[in-house]
Amino acid sequence: MVRTHRWFTPWIMVLPALVILCVFALWPAVNTFFLSFTDVRTLSGGTIVGLDNYRKLVDDPQLRAALVNTVVYVVVCVPLLTFLPLLLAILAEKPLRGLAIFRTIFYFPVIASAVAVAVIWKFLLDDRGLINGWATHAGIIQDAVPFLSGRWLLLFSAISLTVWKGLGYYMVLYLSALGNVDPQLHEAAAVDGAGPIRRFWSVTVPGVRRTMVLVAILVMVSAMRIFTELYILGGKTGGVGGQDVSVVFLIQSSASGADGRLGYASALSVLLFVMTLPPMALLARFNRKVDE
Amino acid sequence: MSAEQHTNTPSVRRSRSWATAGRYFLLLLVAAISVGPILWELSTSLKSKAEDVYSQTPSLLPQHPTLDNFSEVARAVPIYHFAGNSVTVAVMQIVGNLLGATAAGYALAKLQFRGRKLIFGLFLSTLVLPAEATIISQFQTIVKLGLGDTLVGVALPGLIGAINVLLLRNAFMAIPEELDQAAIVDGANVWQRFRYIALPNVVGTLAIITILTFIGAWDDFLWPLLVLQSPDKLTLTVGLAYLQGTFVNDPRLVAAGAMIALVPILVIFAVLQRYFFRGVGEGAIKG
Repeated sequence: MVRTHRWFTPWIMVLPALVILCVFALWPAVNTFFLSFTDVRTLSGGTIVGLDNYRKLVDDPQLRAALVNTVVYVVVCVPLLTFLPLLLAILAEKPLRGLAIFRTIFYFPVIASAVAVAVIWKFLLDDRGLINGWATHAGIIQDAVPFLSGRWLLLFSAISLTVWKGLGYYMVLYLSALGNVDPQLHEAAAVDGAGPIRRFWSVTVPGVRRTMVLVAILVMVSAMRIFTELYILGGKTGGVGGQDVSVVFLIQSSASGADGRLGYASALSVLLFVMTLPPMALLARFNRKVDE
Repeated sequence: MSAEQHTNTPSVRRSRSWATAGRYFLLLLVAAISVGPILWELSTSLKSKAEDVYSQTPSLLPQHPTLDNFSEVARAVPIYHFAGNSVTVAVMQIVGNLLGATAAGYALAKLQFRGRKLIFGLFLSTLVLPAEATIISQFQTIVKLGLGDTLVGVALPGLIGAINVLLLRNAFMAIPEELDQAAIVDGANVWQRFRYIALPNVVGTLAIITILTFIGAWDDFLWPLLVLQSPDKLTLTVGLAYLQGTFVNDPRLVAAGAMIALVPILVIFAVLQRYFFRGVGEGAIKG
């Protein structure tokens, strides 16, 4: 490359982006650690309190519930959102009249605002909502199922919403991966007498294995970051007993209000970062391999 | 081709048309699951007061469709004003990214300077940070800057996205070096090469970034929820959460609010989906 510009020209071009990056990404990453050792509040300075916030984390019963919920969320979402979108992608891969319309419809929940679709689900799952109304009418149930107030039912309602909203996104990731699977492998397996299920396990799955790993990691990280579904379905108290919360939920609730406890919220943020670090590190290694 | 011969036998053709019918059935089933809840809410938003929305045998089609709910919801909360606030944030972020991310992406891709690799590494490194883990410190910064409870405060952290800088860097890298060399021989300076050679070659990426930024700003919830307090400053998602969480007990009005948040984005998406799927593919690998 011949240098044909003055030394500061690139810096002028990079500077605005670099300022935003430093002020709103790099500095907060460092500062969150500092804040987690203080009792800073939204409108007041605060002092260094050592490990106090971390001690409070250990004793916080709501955090314990949040961590249990996170584990349940990950354990349920990872297999569902790794396999269902793959099946959907297989269904939507081979050319068919009108397929583009179907793909677009499958993607609607993905781009829809999480708040708006959670509001819709809340209406469907209400004690008098469509699902309870229909099931009562059909005689399947006597009393309404408390989808929005039962401690576990609410969590599983939120999980269903997450899965419903995520299907289309991961389907698109699989669609490009399926395009790279050699069709001759399928033909050869079919000639050898392998049925569709056998071919799924011995041709399709090995062919998209890398994408499956990628999807599983992405689902795991986003399950750890869950917030909006719980906040809308359960309300800002986190369900009837305050048990249907997540780590991000607690970050938000402890930091909000005119006198939010930013120090404690920062300790929760550090915890969230530590939780997502292993899958994120895997993802970074994974991307490097893809690049090579 | 052996495959061609297979298609000619009647039994294979028959089983293939059964398979096609089966695929259509499954596709329709998933489509119904995907869009059913949204259609049901749309129907609710169009139902008049006379119709029971909680009926045990509810009808998908409103008996007497009306747009009253869309004007009445605005009497409960200033929902169209909220939508305007969301657009304001989105426009700020689109302009910021189109200018700032484009310039930075170009410098990182096409200009040699000391520290280039380091800066590229810094942009890349922030991708492993979950946004929610740094949100508290961002909030403190915004409050200290005096931008708490303002739309500028909502827009500022996303004004130039690291992922957009990286997407544009990749797009600029794909432009052949010879084009630049030829322009240099012709006496074009760096700004002329940026404007007349580089930019026309990344229009597709700029379109994707515009769409993604708009949708991101329109759908974002946690950050504006933290920054905004005044009822007249809320963005649409925060306003919608406020509408359904507090005093409005009429599901028709909440449904109208949800539709105001959904319909514009679905229309934009349906029109521009071709660009969109390409963008998701590119963004996901790095995201």
